[in-house]
Amino acid sequence: MTAAPEQVDVLGVAREQVLERGVGLSEEQVLGVLQLADDRIPELLELAHQVRMRWCGPEVEVEGIVSLKTGGCPEDCHFCSQSGQFPSPVRSAWLDIPGLVRAARQTAETGATEFCIVAAVRGPDKRLLSQVRDGIKAIREDGNDIQIACSLGMLTQEQVDELVAMGVHRYNHNLETARSHFPNVVTTHSWEERWDTLRMVRDAGMEVCCGGIIGMGETLGQRAEFAVQLASLEPDEVPLNFLIPNPGTPYENYPVVEGPDALRAVGAFRLALPRTILRFAGGRELTFGDLGAKQGMLGGINAIIVGNYLTNLGRPAQDDLDMLQELSMPIKELSKTL
Amino acid sequence: MTTGQDAVTTGQGAGAVGLGAVTTGRGAVTMAGAVTYCGYCGKDLGEADHAACARRLRVIDPPRFCSACARRMVVQVTPAGWTATCSRHGEITSAR
Repeated sequence: MTAAPEQVDVLGVAREQVLERGVGLSEEQVLGVLQLADDRIPELLELAHQVRMRWCGPEVEVEGIVSLKTGGCPEDCHFCSQSGQFPSPVRSAWLDIPGLVRAARQTAETGATEFCIVAAVRGPDKRLLSQVRDGIKAIREDGNDIQIACSLGMLTQEQVDELVAMGVHRYNHNLETARSHFPNVVTTHSWEERWDTLRMVRDAGMEVCCGGIIGMGETLGQRAEFAVQLASLEPDEVPLNFLIPNPGTPYENYPVVEGPDALRAVGAFRLALPRTILRFAGGRELTFGDLGAKQGMLGGINAIIVGNYLTNLGRPAQDDLDMLQELSMPIKELSKTL
Repeated sequence: MTTGQDAVTTGQGAGAVGLGAVTTGRGAVTMAGAVTYCGYCGKDLGEADHAACARRLRVIDPPRFCSACARRMVVQVTPAGWTATCSRHGEITSAR
């Protein structure tokens, strides 16, 4: 008779490996975190918070986003209400330049340092890039020096260079999910095509923002796979979304991610990405409610999207700003990002 | 019953049917007219339970369907608000 192998405590390992040495967890280790019992979630979140404080610092990066071009997208991302391939109630809309300037001003007034201009496209055409160029110029002429990011789909090298010339400092392009799960989520383009855009963005000197959505039918193993694949990209920022089952999409009847699962994901992603900006993004309102948002902020998150999202509404910005104040978390200032 | 944090009247998605003021989602301003259709799913408010629709409108969704005619509206969400335009009944906007 042989003795049962001694269980390795993944949080004990993480304390030495991630907190002390700053080395992110492996895929197997992340899976171990995602499988922790509910009663160990507080311990996980406390450790993730310590990791965030040690390797990122106390500041929280605040961002606002806006949809410049809504709906009518030719791609078939199954989670997205803006795909033209599904019977979603979302109709096409373009935001004009004055509207974009107002949105940037509203964002800056919250104390945010980031403003992300987003379009529902496979990739930008000349009209869209022209609109972005004119929009950035108008935002600057409005006296607004907020940092501008873009999310315009897949890019060519020429388009990457154009965005750099416009002064776009960060580019968002989410890998969305694990490479092994991606073909179940999107069939009109590949994970590798997205990866190629991200590499061009990085090589051109823009900051890389790349995250995804939890709750799209992936296994816990694939959730762990995704965290480690993101870590291998070494992104500057990872936005963490939780699926909003939007009507008309193939995922409209998927369940909302349960709070404990979401908190385990927050902690696990922090332990896989100790130095990365980890941003609370869409879906947290449904998944967490108000209480869970605080738990997440105390569990490794160090950035937040305030106000509304692209087609869904967020909490009022002031509610989140009040929460940060209550948690004594300072908001990153613009001067410290330059 | 209101359908939003800043809402001031009864209305769309909350089960009200009939003539009167309309509130559509969080922070909506009102628009006079028949409150017949759910702003979230576009179906007749008298035909089914719209409690789940009302929750979505209260928490994370702007209205997508006109409460008077159920046409899909063109909706623009911005960081601090939204506008929704029906080709027949005009524009409504969030209070924020």
